[in-house]
Amino acid sequence: MRALNVNGLHFLDEHNAMQTTITGRAYVLGDNVDTDQIIPAQYLTYNPAIPAEYKMFGKYALSSVPPAQAGLPKGHVLFHTKDEFVSDYQIIVAGKNFGCGSSREHAPIALDAAGIKCVIAEFYARIFFRNSVNGGYIIPFETADRLCEQICTGDELTVDVESGTLTNVTTKESWKLKPLGEVAPIIDAGGIFAYAKKVGMLKV
Amino acid sequence: MPAMTMTEKILAKHADKASVTPGDNIWVDADILMTHDVCGPGTIGVFKQHFGNDAKVWDREKVVIVPDHYIFTQDKMANRNVDVLRQFVAEQKLPYYYDVGTDKYKGVCHIALPEEGHTRPGEVLFGTDSHTCTAGAFGEFATGIGNTDAGFVMGTGKLWVKVPPTMRFVFHGELPSYLMAKDLILAVIGDIGCDGATYKAMEFDGDGVFALNIEERMTLCNMVIEAGGKNGVIAPDKLTLDYVNARNKSKKPYQVVTTDAGAKFCFEKVYDVRKLEPIIAKPHSPDNKATVSEVKGTKLDRAYIGSCTGGKMTDFRAAARILKGRSVKIDTFVVPATSEIAAGLKCESINGQTLEQIFLSAGAKIGEPSCAACLGGPSDTFGRLNAPISCISTTNRNFPGRMGHKEAKVFLASPLTVAASALTGAISDPRDCLQ
Repeated sequence: MRALNVNGLHFLDEHNAMQTTITGRAYVLGDNVDTDQIIPAQYLTYNPAIPAEYKMFGKYALSSVPPAQAGLPKGHVLFHTKDEFVSDYQIIVAGKNFGCGSSREHAPIALDAAGIKCVIAEFYARIFFRNSVNGGYIIPFETADRLCEQICTGDELTVDVESGTLTNVTTKESWKLKPLGEVAPIIDAGGIFAYAKKVGMLKV
Repeated sequence: MPAMTMTEKILAKHADKASVTPGDNIWVDADILMTHDVCGPGTIGVFKQHFGNDAKVWDREKVVIVPDHYIFTQDKMANRNVDVLRQFVAEQKLPYYYDVGTDKYKGVCHIALPEEGHTRPGEVLFGTDSHTCTAGAFGEFATGIGNTDAGFVMGTGKLWVKVPPTMRFVFHGELPSYLMAKDLILAVIGDIGCDGATYKAMEFDGDGVFALNIEERMTLCNMVIEAGGKNGVIAPDKLTLDYVNARNKSKKPYQVVTTDAGAKFCFEKVYDVRKLEPIIAKPHSPDNKATVSEVKGTKLDRAYIGSCTGGKMTDFRAAARILKGRSVKIDTFVVPATSEIAAGLKCESINGQTLEQIFLSAGAKIGEPSCAACLGGPSDTFGRLNAPISCISTTNRNFPGRMGHKEAKVFLASPLTVAASALTGAISDPRDCLQ
């Protein structure tokens, strides 16, 4: 996804927000991955409004996931090394209730800073979902299939955003994701500010 | 007009609509926006980026800033974040800022808000913290949001909200002396799971709820987020109004809103509190429920009594009932949520001994009012689990790494159960040692 970096704040380019195809390698996680696992509280001292600090969230993204649950099905797969800010994986596949726990927007920010373009989960915790959409960091796709048990960490994936089709290039399987529905216009606009301008709620 | 739940009625009123239905996406007006030192700097960044460096917040009287998370630490970044808040408050001339190192310092935002008169029935409160739902105990719609949403509210006073369907939890009967609101909410979360109320409102009702004091009602609403709930809510009664009116210094008018007869609930569950037992949430999820008797004897290294969930006067009164005249066997940390509660520990007493004296002579350590180790924080945070040890805690979450070390084990329980366990160094039942 194309992001703007204005004053250190990452927002989707309002004119080119919705990318049509997302490709990348899968990093697979289980159920109830909470925001403390996504970005542990000790790193919340960085201010995401400062560019040099924004990228630190990428460095510590997913650093509290228990090793056995990290990179399923085998586990014990590093998301990135200690010295890396960006991961080699671009798509997270997870189970139920992804992003539960705290309201910290640092969670979708950490995934965005680490180079994640979208998450595909069965469903999301409410605040994480809102933050992802309203801040325009990542696209939170939902799936009716339990993909975290069908896709392996490292598989090459392609998501056709418009049709909501997920293809596993490695195994040649494909699935229909749930429609983005009522948040599609906000994702399409590139976040809540761009959307609010579009619908005349905000005149800045 | 169709019958509505109180959550629906509050949202409809704030969207200037006669009625709303669950699933509607509406723009609502905020009555209060709260932020703190962890999410404030990011929120301020979003606000300035989109509204301009010299932009003013939509209403100075409605923005409340409470530094509370990383306060008593040498961490330079954490201290810098409080400076960011301080500077913004000065630029904007915000009247409601509770600065560190001053007499105004409060501590944990969710307890500071009602104490300082920022919670009123019928209002809409947004806060950059998931436990903002605590304020539903005052009969308002209160929910946690992120920095971007908060930056938006800061500039416009509005936010889009999807109207949640309401789940109703009814508690009947008189609470036995060995149970607390924490046991009730842990029972609910265990029953419906930590995604059982995702996108939903949780309304608490029944004589068992209205027999609880206001702090205990706050505990119920505080943990709805642990079931994924969008908000928790309890209809205001005389107790609520007495508390609110005593604290509402600005005399801001408010309107009590209650659920209509015949309103639709998407789920209903009834509990007889006399039949419940002390409950614990085992590692590593708040819905990993067991009765205390099932896990009795599990060895522990530490006990922690504090946070927005379990660091209020009622919580300390309960712990002191058990700890009075006895000694703890494991490291025990006591952290009052706010400065008002810290002062309360020094003046409230049981048989001539203040709560503070009771805790200190039992061998517990008392920290400064703040969020402290509830969410780990910088490594020098009071009570933080810096090693993979086992801790029993009155806090709200026990996901991996929540209180510090990612292999530490956290058991969530009521202050009574935590105090009883502190005495033995193993999970213990308060029924065995209530005095």
